[in-house]
Amino acid sequence: MDDIKLLDAVERYIRGEMTPDERLHFEQLRKTNADVDQLVVEHTLFLQQMNRFSEWKKFKTDLQEVHAELAEQGEINSDRPRGRAKVVYLWRKYKRVTAIAASIAGITTIGFTALVWSVAPKAPTSELEMLKRKVDIQEIKSKQLQTDLNHVKDKVNTPVSAPTPAPIEFKSGGTGFLIDAKGLMITNAHIVKNSRNIRVVNARGQQFNAFVVRLDVPRDVAVIKIDDDQFKPPISLPYSIRKSSTDIAEPVFTLGYPRDEIVYGEGYLSARTGFNGDTLSCQISIAANPGNSGGPIFDHNGDVIGILTSKETETEGVVFAVQSKYIYRVLDDLKKSPLYKNMKLPAKSTLNGLEKTQQVKKIQDFVFMVKGD
Amino acid sequence: MKAESSEKALLQGLAQSDKKAIETIYKENFNMIQSLILNNSGSADDAKDIFQETMIVLYERVRSGTFELNCLIKTYVYSVSRRLWLKRLQQMNRYTPSLDGLHETVPVEEEIEEHERMNSEFEMMNKAIGSLGEPCKSLLEAYYLEKKNMQEIARSFGYTNADNAKNQKYKCLMRLKKIFFAQYKNGNGNG
Repeated sequence: MDDIKLLDAVERYIRGEMTPDERLHFEQLRKTNADVDQLVVEHTLFLQQMNRFSEWKKFKTDLQEVHAELAEQGEINSDRPRGRAKVVYLWRKYKRVTAIAASIAGITTIGFTALVWSVAPKAPTSELEMLKRKVDIQEIKSKQLQTDLNHVKDKVNTPVSAPTPAPIEFKSGGTGFLIDAKGLMITNAHIVKNSRNIRVVNARGQQFNAFVVRLDVPRDVAVIKIDDDQFKPPISLPYSIRKSSTDIAEPVFTLGYPRDEIVYGEGYLSARTGFNGDTLSCQISIAANPGNSGGPIFDHNGDVIGILTSKETETEGVVFAVQSKYIYRVLDDLKKSPLYKNMKLPAKSTLNGLEKTQQVKKIQDFVFMVKGD
Repeated sequence: MKAESSEKALLQGLAQSDKKAIETIYKENFNMIQSLILNNSGSADDAKDIFQETMIVLYERVRSGTFELNCLIKTYVYSVSRRLWLKRLQQMNRYTPSLDGLHETVPVEEEIEEHERMNSEFEMMNKAIGSLGEPCKSLLEAYYLEKKNMQEIARSFGYTNADNAKNQKYKCLMRLKKIFFAQYKNGNGNG
């Protein structure tokens, strides 16, 4: 109770509510009692703070009131701008958020599209590109010129002139390779299946007429035979055709005619099956272009392991080749006919252990450009 | 001359929390500040906040007694608001190196620092009173803020006599002072 009375006295003293007598008495007490003095100092500070706090609070309330009144009177722009101003205001307020939201939406859309695109199965037809070549007019002309030249040479060499064949317009081109010494060749069925006239050109530019012996469209293998007097059959072939299947990652190379000259390409076997799990073929990572179709795929020993047929259009370097064992299937069928009963396939590669340049040098004479009309 | 004297009168009015003076200053400056805030990625609410804080800075200044305004109230208000808004933007990590605005400014750094110090003290007091709970909060507010006398308080709070009310007030005050001085020392120790 004394404490309460004391505090009351202190408060009255600070506020100056004491009578002069009381005040004198209290100041006397302050001087003699340090505790009282301490209390006065402390409480003065507290009351000061309280007063300022009270003013601050009141002023804040006043401001709120003034704001509300002025807004009501229309003296200041009210909190909610109307009409276009509101749109502008909302835009300003949320433009950052809008921008961020828009970017997120954009990224999500692109990401989702990419995901859907990558996951969605694609139409197989659009993805495989047969690598036969369109032979252009310019080339035909140059070939024609060469043919003419050859015939002139022939005429000079042989007094008995042969009748000049009518010019043939070749529309498709590819590659083929010899499989026996008598002029049997393997190429892709899609190169020659619609052709009546077939001509093959060797690396030196010599042209020979050929005809289709057998077409196996499902396997995309064709056997053609050179039927030309000028063709000098080789004694033997440097390479053989591999019967066993190939291992993944085995280095391979190919020779073909994507242009008018023989072109070398190098790669590796990337999968044992072909497009969409096709067991007829295998996947090879190699640079191939239209014109490489029908070209032989060699392993490092120089054995033929397949026939290059197509590539995936969407991806560079994904090329498919008919496995070499299907060449044997086709040839086995062929052997049933009496004409080809005695056909002899090259038994053993002579290229084993040679340097690649040497291998290619020996092989290139047996790889031909195949043209069909 | 006339304008200058009317500005002085306005400030004097503000020092006495004269509502008319507050209204006049409010009316003459609010729209300018609102457009400043709105043009610099703020909302109408932000504008109100910033402007009222500016008014408090001005109020504190004129209350301090040592304040002498060497420019127009408009310029001063604009400078303070601009500085406060810049600070707010920085706190929100949305620093814009320069605020759009064509008005001239005066340096107000010291005022704002002082204002922030006082503001934190007031917030401290506000928190201390808020943490007391009822009936202490209302009782103390009635006595110290609304300056009611004990008889009035006893009546409105339902105490049988003023002494009972005084008794209760004393207990509440002791609690408040304890909290306040603890925070006060803490705050001063920290800062």
